[in-house]
Amino acid sequence: MPRIVTDWLGEHVELPADLTAEQLAAALVKVGLEEEEIHPAAVTGPLVVGRVLSQTPEPQKNGKTINWCLVDVGPEHNATQIKGVDDADVPAGGARGVVCGAHNFGVGDLVVVSLPGTVLPGGFAIAARKTYGHVSDGMICSVRELGIGEDHDGILVLTRAGFDAADLTPGQDAVALLGLGDEVLEINVTPDRGYAFSYRGVAREYAHSTGARFTDRGLAANLVTPPPPATADGFAVEVDDAAPIHGQVGCDRFVTRVVRGIDPAAPTPPWMKRRLEGSGMRTISLAVDVTNYVMLDLGQPLHAYDLDQVAAPIVVRRAAPGERLTTLDDADRALDGEDLLITDSLAGGRGSRVLGLAGVMGGASSEVSPTTTDVLVEAAHFDPITVARTARRHRLPSEAAKRFERGVDPLLPAVAAQRVVDLLVELGGGTADPAVGDLDATTPPQAVHLDVTLPTRLSGVDYDRATVTRTLEQIGCTVTDAVPGAAMDAVRVTPPSWRPDLTEPAALVEEVVRIEGYDQIPSVLPAAPGGRGLTTEQRARRSVARSLAEAGLVEVLSYPFVGQADLDALGLPEDDVRRTTLRLANPLADDRPFLRADLLSTLLETARRNVSRGLPDVAVFEIGLVTRPTPGTPAPPQLPVGVRPSDEDLAALVAAVPDQPRHVAGVLTGRAVPAGWWGGGRSADWADALDAARLVAARTGAVVTVAADAGTMPWHPGRCAALTLPDGTVAGHAGELHPKVVEALGLPARAAAFELDLGALIAAGGDEPVAAGPVSAFPAAKEDFAFVVDDAVPAADVRAAVVAGAGPLLEDARLFDVFTGDQVGEGKKSLAYSVRLRAADRTLTADDVRAVREGVVASAAECVGAVLRG
Amino acid sequence: MSTPAPTPDLGPDPLDVAALDAAVDEALAAVAAADDLDELKAVRTAQTGDKSPLALANRAIGALPGPDKAAAGKNVGPRRGRVNQAIAARQAELEAERDKRVLVEEAVDVTLPTDRRPVGARHPIELVQERIADFFVGLGWEIADGPEVEAEWFNFDALNFDQDHPARQMQDTFYVAGDGDKASNLVLRTHTSPVQSRSLLERGVPLYVACPGKVFRTDALDATHTPVFHQVEGIAIDKGLTMANLVGTLDAFARAMFGPEARTRLRPSFFPFTEPSAEMDLWFPQKKGGAGWIEWGGCGMVNPNVLRAAGIDPEEYQGFAFGMGIERTLMLRHTIADMHDIVEGDVRFSTQFGTEI
Repeated sequence: MPRIVTDWLGEHVELPADLTAEQLAAALVKVGLEEEEIHPAAVTGPLVVGRVLSQTPEPQKNGKTINWCLVDVGPEHNATQIKGVDDADVPAGGARGVVCGAHNFGVGDLVVVSLPGTVLPGGFAIAARKTYGHVSDGMICSVRELGIGEDHDGILVLTRAGFDAADLTPGQDAVALLGLGDEVLEINVTPDRGYAFSYRGVAREYAHSTGARFTDRGLAANLVTPPPPATADGFAVEVDDAAPIHGQVGCDRFVTRVVRGIDPAAPTPPWMKRRLEGSGMRTISLAVDVTNYVMLDLGQPLHAYDLDQVAAPIVVRRAAPGERLTTLDDADRALDGEDLLITDSLAGGRGSRVLGLAGVMGGASSEVSPTTTDVLVEAAHFDPITVARTARRHRLPSEAAKRFERGVDPLLPAVAAQRVVDLLVELGGGTADPAVGDLDATTPPQAVHLDVTLPTRLSGVDYDRATVTRTLEQIGCTVTDAVPGAAMDAVRVTPPSWRPDLTEPAALVEEVVRIEGYDQIPSVLPAAPGGRGLTTEQRARRSVARSLAEAGLVEVLSYPFVGQADLDALGLPEDDVRRTTLRLANPLADDRPFLRADLLSTLLETARRNVSRGLPDVAVFEIGLVTRPTPGTPAPPQLPVGVRPSDEDLAALVAAVPDQPRHVAGVLTGRAVPAGWWGGGRSADWADALDAARLVAARTGAVVTVAADAGTMPWHPGRCAALTLPDGTVAGHAGELHPKVVEALGLPARAAAFELDLGALIAAGGDEPVAAGPVSAFPAAKEDFAFVVDDAVPAADVRAAVVAGAGPLLEDARLFDVFTGDQVGEGKKSLAYSVRLRAADRTLTADDVRAVREGVVASAAECVGAVLRG
Repeated sequence: MSTPAPTPDLGPDPLDVAALDAAVDEALAAVAAADDLDELKAVRTAQTGDKSPLALANRAIGALPGPDKAAAGKNVGPRRGRVNQAIAARQAELEAERDKRVLVEEAVDVTLPTDRRPVGARHPIELVQERIADFFVGLGWEIADGPEVEAEWFNFDALNFDQDHPARQMQDTFYVAGDGDKASNLVLRTHTSPVQSRSLLERGVPLYVACPGKVFRTDALDATHTPVFHQVEGIAIDKGLTMANLVGTLDAFARAMFGPEARTRLRPSFFPFTEPSAEMDLWFPQKKGGAGWIEWGGCGMVNPNVLRAAGIDPEEYQGFAFGMGIERTLMLRHTIADMHDIVEGDVRFSTQFGTEI
């Protein structure tokens, strides 16, 4: 994102002399340019200009030769005594002794010295230190150490870097000289405001925010040399777009200029380097630096070709099958039929050679080189979508692409090219060629009709017509009466060329509100018509979660990503529905590319993590969506924006989204009741899991039947219950985990778990109000029964027989003891029930109780073969 | 008048006041001398039982001649009463002493741990979402839910992000793999905003709906980012709703979550589905290093194209939408420094929050 060097901004808009990055950020955020970061000064402390007074090479044992130098760093910093140097040998006026390993400098050179106390980029603090038998009292800096380039050539000699010796004095502050003390504001530009990717655009916004005087340097009228019109002999360019995207020809403007006789050795001047580097751009060569400078300044991406390497005509066309290009970053790329290319016509083959990806990146072959003297400048305007797709396809978010995909002012190319020409003439000693190419098929911006009351109606702030007009004109719009003499409340607004985003009245409203200030909007709470509260499902979900928490389980959340290994650890058979998963095209972790089809596949891992953190007693639960795709479901249709889909399309969209039922699952391990002074506690087991599952069902109001299930992983085949809804749907399972699963996951033995389809339970529970029965105040009668049945008879069946036999007087029947042993016989068990009876309208008689007793005994005998124990 | 020696079998003469007083004195002395309830029980039997002197004297009244009966009754009755009263009083005294002693003996160490039942907890992310839902329900809004695996159209196009919209590329989207070369056209929703279009299509207008829920972006987990996080989306569409109503709703929401000092400010921004758009900052008095503004979410007036995509006439209806991060809300509200704590499922984290926040 753009970095703003303050003094550069000052070329476009009047700034207070002592404007800090923080103040600049505060001004810009008001109009919507957000601060991304304030980059601190790169260098602090005494970094000064020095003149090398003496240089003594000293060969070392390690084969290196170091230079022992005395450097004049100005009267303020020079020392009169230097350790290891006879006072008589210290130069008049003093000096500092510095050890330097580089050799690309000599006596008399003006260099940059970091004295002790300096902090260089990367937090590199300089101190006096003993080395190679001397005390080095500072450091002579390289470009790299100063963080202003990657140059390996060694020490920065200022006169060779474009500084004039006449302007330099030993002791002079080099921080300011090199621009290393500037705090630089980096801003965040939203996708609709491509024009703010330039000093021109940011300055305009600063002016909007503060009212400071702004000069638009992107207008031809404000140039020193106005751009000349195209000439017949301009460099030949053809646009031949055989495959426009959405009917937009990929290139609607292509300006070419030629500058000849540039001195290839001409350096980029220090002020330009400083500004480019401050803006986060590396300096490369004069021609490239100038195009980058103008791009940052105005927002127009530019390209400089070595004129000798380009064969006319340039043809702008889409890539053909099989074409390749080696881009400036040395990557060899296979091109796509949608890629828009800049090509030239080598050996007469029209468009035969690919020079670059239009608006994205140039190719290596036509690059300006250290020997280039004649430069062809390209300033073009490309279709944002074409550039965006190519940049994305080739993962090339270049500076040019960032601007083109957000929209570049189509009136800029001629102005920007002129600026490049002027700078190459001025700084490179070149001559502007009179031939000018300008292929211009741009269309003027479409006017938008704006009801001048709309800003008020959308914002709630009263703006009069004059305010609306003024603010829109301020941002560069032309505002006229929609139909001269017609209704007073409509105006015709023609947006400026740099605002392709202003296509709807609402976008103009944003401009009015933004310029007048979002802080003007009052705070008015609207009165909604009144809703129905939470839905049954939402309330049931809360009730379930709260009940589980009150029952001692802790709610956790886990990521929904699973891998093959997770499903294998659960021991799921190959055809298990939970193995039918959606796969992510770009998972975060390659070993977990699937979306979970159940919660336990991720929740068990969470339980294990807790155990491994030294928490042995873990009871956790999670409520969340799982994904249950139906194989063969067609993909949802791709439909346009801004149009309501047809009912069929809408139905297809909804149907194509996979089922995502809401589940609840829990894992319990360790002690369900802790040990303490009251006793040894109790381990969590299958019954705790099943009880939690029953609690869930109860809170949803669903009636479930519990029955043994010997065939569902990850549960123990002998200790797993299926919970079934009245319509036969299995709502889920609960019980002890399979020993193999426990082992594979590293959980403690006997860990138990449950998982239920919460949505199905809530739906089965319904939202009919409970019909309350009367509460009888007559006395109860209690009867106990102990039945002996076969071991295989489920307790639930015995109870059902008791209930059926007891009839309408039954209030409660509770199993209070299970007993096996010699007294009841091999293969038998004794189940003891306590039954409470009560009548609604009278006190029970002995006959009533006797009748119930006989009924219960008969029913138990008939239904489950139970024998009353004597 | 001489005092006849008391005869055990006969008791004192009911007309002999001195003998009766002697019997009473003896009884009272015995009562006072009883040191515990068992002794008192014996005294009661001895002094008020059938064979006690006063009982015998009482019985002797029946044999007296008529005129003496009344006088004897007046002699004996009140004296028996005094003895009974003394016994009752002593009984009460001894019982109180006993109770006091027993309760002292039964004392326990109340500083023993009492956590015989494990205590569970809710996850604070869920609790915050419920609290947010309650706030909006209180305003008369409804709470909507939506799928997490979503059709691209709902996640992007319906919200005015077309295929080539730069913002669509910036969302760090998880894409569902398609069948072979074919795109699935499904994504993990990158924001809760698809619920806007679903609600508009399903519920129509006027619409006042909030949707808290899980969203996904391809960010690696670190102290401030997580690939799976939560947002709350709000949308209100009606006749004549304005940005002022947006600000009013956000201010009320901020106060509900962060106390009466809280307020919001809007900064111009950009989202494809709103125009005008704004970033919303929250005034956060507890901010580290001093009170200040903290980014809380995005908002704006619903873009006419979003309304059109739901078949709603933007000339007639307009409204606002907003979305903010739940994790951020939670972290601000509860001084949580590291996202890892929220996502790792360590029970020690959830347990700090109990079942209501």
